[in-house]
Amino acid sequence: MNVKDWKGIAVLIEQDEGVAQHISWELLGKGRELANKCNEPLVAVVLGHNVKPIAEEAIHRGADLAVLADHELLVHYKWETYSKVTNEIIKEYKPSSFIFGASPNGRDLAGRLAVRAKSGLTADVVDLDITEDGSMLGSVPGFGGSILAVIKCETSRPQMATVRPGIFTAKEIDTTHKGKIKPFKVKLTEDEVSTHLIKKITVETEDISKAKRLVAAGRGVGSDISQVQELAEMLDASIGLTRPLCDDGVLPRYHQVGSTGVTVKPKFAVVLGISGAMHFTSGIKDSDTIVSINIDDKAVIFDYSDYCIVGDVKEILPKVIEKLKAKLLQEAK
Amino acid sequence: MTEGLNIVVLVKVVPKSDQVKMDPETNTLDRRDAESIINPPDKNAVEAAVALKDKYGGKVTLMSMAPPFVDDFMRLMIAMGADDAILLSDRAFAMADTYPTTMVLAEGIKKMGNVDLVICGVESADGGTGNVPPGVAEWLNYSQATYVEEVDYEPDDARFVVKRSTTSGEEIISIPKPAVLSIELGVNSPRFPDFALKKELDSNYKLTIWDNKEFGLEPETIGLAGSLTTVDGMVQGKTRERKKIFLDGSSDEIADKLADLIIKSI
Repeated sequence: MNVKDWKGIAVLIEQDEGVAQHISWELLGKGRELANKCNEPLVAVVLGHNVKPIAEEAIHRGADLAVLADHELLVHYKWETYSKVTNEIIKEYKPSSFIFGASPNGRDLAGRLAVRAKSGLTADVVDLDITEDGSMLGSVPGFGGSILAVIKCETSRPQMATVRPGIFTAKEIDTTHKGKIKPFKVKLTEDEVSTHLIKKITVETEDISKAKRLVAAGRGVGSDISQVQELAEMLDASIGLTRPLCDDGVLPRYHQVGSTGVTVKPKFAVVLGISGAMHFTSGIKDSDTIVSINIDDKAVIFDYSDYCIVGDVKEILPKVIEKLKAKLLQEAK
Repeated sequence: MTEGLNIVVLVKVVPKSDQVKMDPETNTLDRRDAESIINPPDKNAVEAAVALKDKYGGKVTLMSMAPPFVDDFMRLMIAMGADDAILLSDRAFAMADTYPTTMVLAEGIKKMGNVDLVICGVESADGGTGNVPPGVAEWLNYSQATYVEEVDYEPDDARFVVKRSTTSGEEIISIPKPAVLSIELGVNSPRFPDFALKKELDSNYKLTIWDNKEFGLEPETIGLAGSLTTVDGMVQGKTRERKKIFLDGSSDEIADKLADLIIKSI
């Protein structure tokens, strides 16, 4: 393979029921930066049915080119139709890099495509960079330290990466930004689709990656988070949990903060009973102000905190709530 | 052909994540002192497989690409209801990224023959990429479902019906056999091992080990040499400067200071 034949930063625009997922716009925002740096085009890849408006929005959010694969058999994500069509797009357009959201469907697709296209795949990057000649560098957190491993794919193209939500920033819509929409001829027939969709169940979820305020709880709080919820309600804050608490089913997975959860950047975060393992801190370290309560005065979390409180969260939290109530009441008067 | 379902569960033994340290000299992971455990969602995968076997008959075989020291964990999972274990073990397999890893696992499954279903944990606690299940499915040309919460089998149609989680919620899909599934952590309660059986296995069970002689894969296609990604270097993660002001006093005083701080900040 001559890697020089491959040009362009491609981003898969994920959509559900004709609505683009926000993660895709975040990736397009970062993709614009990378494309400028290596002077290659930014290509949005849109699959779906009746999704031309999404291709148009992709242009307005920075893409130079939107490849639009519009077909009734692409209306819902299915691994076999999406991997087939995306692989055909890869062969025709030969993008040097291809970025996917690390969502269930994004990973379902990228994991399969990487083998089919014989591409190096860097999963769950927390940062992306590119050299002027188009070599992508993906940073992946290592175990238990603040060290990141920088991964690259030297011999294969496209260089693939998956990225979690909340890490990059979407560009605002700019209707003056110009680009081309190129329809892609989809050759799919009903009989080659073996996956049947029986039912879709939409569950109300909260996107905590956009929270302005956050109250986060870990093992030190335990499985009874009623007071955490009370504090969060008073602050109009979202709730974040460490992985162990989500594993225990304290709240659904979309509350999980960290390297295998959501990255958050609130203006104000209260971190309760969390020691500060890398898995967690990587998801919260870019918050503006962080206040932490932990019983261990040597807890790593204090290295990530502006205000540090050494003590038992179960003793201090009720008092904080009580004082807050009194103070807020007084202010209201 | 096996009566019922011929199921393979891909499992991995991983270091306990909070016990892995970074070696500051070499910038590599130091796993030596870390305790080994079964990758947590892999237990859910074993449970899902054994439950299907209980319902439809068949056989559950564990498969892992690992050094031989993991044999005790394999016996433990056999005591949870699996029937046999195969270890894909060769120095040449080591240091592989997903591409050669999924290739070797697929070779192991092909060599077994007549496999109906491959079940994996959703992702490994040490690598955490979740790319192995769809990668294996691609090598085998099997259908796939990832992030699976529930699975059932329809013998008349030879299809699996699965409920999987998606960004917007959940979906129920039906896929033909043979298939690869990845099971989410915590979606079922893994049964306890039968310790009497485990003890018996410790003295008389010998697991099968396949090395590369079984597959004859070219050395440049496997392990580190066959990997498509390389570690270019290690960098310190960007962290912003923090004030690190410790609030002191009695718990009442601290609570008061914190309440003021919160009011000021919001």
